[in-house]
Amino acid sequence: MRTDLGKVRGLGSAKGGTSHWWAQRVTAIGLVPLTVWFIVSLAALTGADHPTMVAWISNPFVTVLLSLFIISGFYHLKLGGQVIIEDYVHQDGVKLVSLLLLKFATLAVGLASFVALLKISFGS
Amino acid sequence: MTRPTRPLSPHLGIYKWQLHMAMSILHRSTGVFLGLGLLAMAWWLMSIAQGPDAYSEFITYASSLFGRLVLFGFTYSLIYHFLNGLRHLLWDTGRGLDVESVRKSGMLTMLLSVLLTVAVWVYGYSVIGKF
Repeated sequence: MRTDLGKVRGLGSAKGGTSHWWAQRVTAIGLVPLTVWFIVSLAALTGADHPTMVAWISNPFVTVLLSLFIISGFYHLKLGGQVIIEDYVHQDGVKLVSLLLLKFATLAVGLASFVALLKISFGS
Repeated sequence: MTRPTRPLSPHLGIYKWQLHMAMSILHRSTGVFLGLGLLAMAWWLMSIAQGPDAYSEFITYASSLFGRLVLFGFTYSLIYHFLNGLRHLLWDTGRGLDVESVRKSGMLTMLLSVLLTVAVWVYGYSVIGKF
């Protein structure tokens, strides 16, 4: 017989410890300057035509910053979405499928954004 | 675990809505909505990568009335989630957790999120000379 307290000591029942919580904070902190830059840049690019957009994205600094925004953004979405699913979905099967779909979707759409970004910056 | 037969703690329905509760659920809702925002960002990048035709198709959708409404929603959600996220990071350090500080930072966040969203859109419209 193990008590409830005994089960969660150390790394806890999920064996992940604070890693999820910490990763959510790390991505959040990284996203603070990136988000300010993203909003200001896009507002400044209102109405920009295709060549202007391509030129902007192809700037190496922009390519790097957008890459960081994409990676930390989609990772942050995966972490946050996971908490929401774990909070509201209690049926094991539905929960597992939802978590898998979230993982696959954030990875796929994140990768699509990243590949598109590289294709634009390196030319087609 | 056996389900206790004694009464459980009161659930959602019994509480009077207050600022901090509304802001907490708004943080979640804006987070979910921003998931759609990242999907739109993927579409935006893909369209640029595909070429001028795909990009102008994207712009047609994005600049329609509905498109601009959604983009406005993304802007507000991102700014609100950003500001309220800063509050969460502050709380993580153990600061600003008393009732009065939470109320003050909450009011400030609500006010700033609206003001900054409007400022971003005024700036955007001024860039294309429509403001």
